[in-house]
Amino acid sequence: MIRIFSLTFLVFLFLTTKSNSLIEIDITRGNLDPLPIAVSPLFQDDNSKKNSINELKLDNVGSEISSVVENNLKTSGLFNPLSKEAFLQKPDIAHLKPRFEDWALIKAQALITGKVTIENKKLKVEFRLWDILAGREMMALAFTTVPSNWRRVGHIISDKVYERLTGEKGYFDTRIIYVSEEGPKTARIKKLAIMDQDGFNTKYLTLGNELVLTPRFNPTSQMVTYLSYFKNLPRVYLLDIETGTQEVVGDFPGMTFAPRFSPDGKKIIMSFAKDGNSDIYTMDLENRIVERITNHPSIDTSPSYSPDNKFITFNSDRSGFQQIYVMKADGSNVKRISFGKGLYGTPVWSPRGDLIAFTKLHKGKFYIGVMRTDGSGERLLTENYYQEAPSWSPNGRVLIFYRETKSNDRGEGFSAKLWSIDLTGYNERQVQTETDASDPSWSSLLSN
Amino acid sequence: MNFSKSFRNTFLVILLSLIVSACATKKTTTKVEGQMQGDVYTGTDTVKYLADGVPDRVFFATNESILTTKSRDTLRKQANWLRANSSINVVVEGHADERGTREYNLALGERRANAAKDYLITYGISADRISVISYGKERPVDSGSNPLSWSKNRRSVTVKAN
Repeated sequence: MIRIFSLTFLVFLFLTTKSNSLIEIDITRGNLDPLPIAVSPLFQDDNSKKNSINELKLDNVGSEISSVVENNLKTSGLFNPLSKEAFLQKPDIAHLKPRFEDWALIKAQALITGKVTIENKKLKVEFRLWDILAGREMMALAFTTVPSNWRRVGHIISDKVYERLTGEKGYFDTRIIYVSEEGPKTARIKKLAIMDQDGFNTKYLTLGNELVLTPRFNPTSQMVTYLSYFKNLPRVYLLDIETGTQEVVGDFPGMTFAPRFSPDGKKIIMSFAKDGNSDIYTMDLENRIVERITNHPSIDTSPSYSPDNKFITFNSDRSGFQQIYVMKADGSNVKRISFGKGLYGTPVWSPRGDLIAFTKLHKGKFYIGVMRTDGSGERLLTENYYQEAPSWSPNGRVLIFYRETKSNDRGEGFSAKLWSIDLTGYNERQVQTETDASDPSWSSLLSN
Repeated sequence: MNFSKSFRNTFLVILLSLIVSACATKKTTTKVEGQMQGDVYTGTDTVKYLADGVPDRVFFATNESILTTKSRDTLRKQANWLRANSSINVVVEGHADERGTREYNLALGERRANAAKDYLITYGISADRISVISYGKERPVDSGSNPLSWSKNRRSVTVKAN
């Protein structure tokens, strides 16, 4: 149906400088002191400019790519991209050899330069990252791809720069799948939607004829599992994004919901509700074998695997109220881990393995928080009227979730939006979507 | 004598008007509260009827699926009606308010719908005439964000399936 992930990139290193650079970003503290960085517009020659206008309807794809990079670095909260008006050196000359004094003068500590060419329907981009204080090159890379892929090139450059300067993988060449919402609260129309992490390239995967909820990516981000009310039978579905083929997961005689992939991609874990009781089941995608994981008269739902596939966290009201539990993947050794005041739900295991993000309801307020996998070290990152369903960026650094506003007595003023927040609790910001949005799920890193 | 009689009448009128006005103010202040007992909705604002005198829905307390005395009364009426109309099958829809996580609310709605279904079965309605579906918090009837609106949305609704 929609070819999204099939585009291949030719990436090659044309220069590596293993220098001991002076710049380094301390990412444990959050965005208190973002690194001043200059993103010089990528230089494009006249011939490429002509091709850029012809093929992409863009005057200068080089400066467009640098805007993508600049925006990514800025929204991460770890970088402070400097105003281009202050730049003293021209892009083409800077790319060959920056005059470090000029860049130091405007207080830049790092500089990104580059060059784009469009020839024979191919986009070639090279870029360099410079350490201004040390006065040397830190990284140089070149990519070749189809011209329409230019935004992704910007995301990949952002990831490379982020990784080089923070020591951690980036999360910019990623997508968000979510539920697009429209219409009045009492008759909301919901569609599956997918977009780039920065809100661009939105595509709708369903038409809105039936209610759809809680889409989640598989580890390669080519498949999505979600809940659909197709024919008024709420069931977990599996969707291949590239081909558009869909199928019901398993043959359950009742509602299945709250699906998620195992991190190895081999299973779908979900809840199955029967006679008023919801328990957790898995289905092996290869041999279709269904296994029952929990067997308890309480509501057991919102399951999420640990990244090594060995444990499962979920929420259950077996204590009388919704709380978070951890068990072995076979359902043994069930342990409650949330003991703070209030209700706890939607636990999601961090891709790094050390934390569980959750939603908490206490005294009429909703919180997004994190705790260690034994329940210790609870930290609440954000408080609001309503918010829930955190999903981790693939590097375990940022959480995306949705937030709803309060309606007045006539039901006006309601909205649902996506928000992201840094693990440190800093850098909370709204993620732009074309429509109202909920139930976000972050993809893995699409390149490398 | 005349004087005292007219005095007494005047006194009565004043007294009566005081009572009436007291009732009036009491009525306006209890109008909202009167629609909830604890946090279970007891009003009829959103209620529809399967037949004359047979309400289609029952209401629940926050996070609960226990049937109140009034709910059981409503469901017995539904059971009687279903017995008298044996060709009709029903779907019991379970719903939750907006103050809970989406997935938990789906399970809670299913639990509520089954509480109603089980009661209908107890009163002699065959299980194969009743199917259930949970909408969690996806289909509120009242879009307000206040305790009264939420109480109207914590419900199970019996709907004709054919």
